[in-house]
Amino acid sequence: MVEQIVFFIFTILVLGGGIGVITTKNIYYAALFFSASLSGMAGYFVLLNAGFLAAVQIVVYIGAIAILILFAIMLSRRMMTTKEQQTNRQTWLAAIASFLLFVALLGVVMQVTWPLSAEKHADNVLVLLGMSFLGSYVIPFEVVSVLLLVSLIGAIILARDIQTEEGRE
Amino acid sequence: MQNPYNFVGVLILAAILLPVVGLGVAWLVRPHKPNPIKKSTYECGIEPIGETWVQFKVSYYIYALIFVVFDVESVFLFPWAVAYNRLPLYAFLEVVIFIAILFFALIYAWRKGALKWL
Repeated sequence: MVEQIVFFIFTILVLGGGIGVITTKNIYYAALFFSASLSGMAGYFVLLNAGFLAAVQIVVYIGAIAILILFAIMLSRRMMTTKEQQTNRQTWLAAIASFLLFVALLGVVMQVTWPLSAEKHADNVLVLLGMSFLGSYVIPFEVVSVLLLVSLIGAIILARDIQTEEGRE
Repeated sequence: MQNPYNFVGVLILAAILLPVVGLGVAWLVRPHKPNPIKKSTYECGIEPIGETWVQFKVSYYIYALIFVVFDVESVFLFPWAVAYNRLPLYAFLEVVIFIAILFFALIYAWRKGALKWL
């Protein structure tokens, strides 16, 4: 019962945030609505007993990706001050396309029988995750580090290009 | 057993109530007499110049990008920290390697001047 109430609260957060993103005329507020929607998703992960994913959702998606989007908006004055028109000529086309997608997804969801695992949910998932990260999955774990190194170097090289271009203007 | 997320729920409730009650009571009891000087942005007593919605330098974006990388690193170290007492010594060395590789990223960013505050 409590779980259902909590689920509805998070659903309001997710859907309200999504509607806010597509209806607000200011793109900065749209980004803030987007992070509200993401925090609702974190709530879903908690309800599914995936606490680590909820933490990742908050730390990475809200803490980093949404902040990155807000940064990008604040760095471009034109995007921030102009009031964007939310609709254009293709509104009805988009509505039809999203309705068809909704019907297709609904069809799939209704058809598939969702198997329930007979195993009892472990209490110390995070401990198990940490042990498997550093036990049997240690090579992928280290590769993640290399991947992050590569992405940082790539980001710096790309961003330096932007800086020098800006300096030339 | 008590659900551990109850504490999170209480915290969320407190986080919502604190500003709502504080600002709500202030809204109820305060007098409402605005004038242009009162409504202007407070900037340490100095008169504000221009708008608050200014464009920031593009070079600040690099700090956000570097932050994302180390943010993801912290996410991967989180399960290790929780499981720390159950892990053998070589697991610690593995994490040291993990951090060392990313330390090179920090050195690279530093040497390329990406950490310089403009």
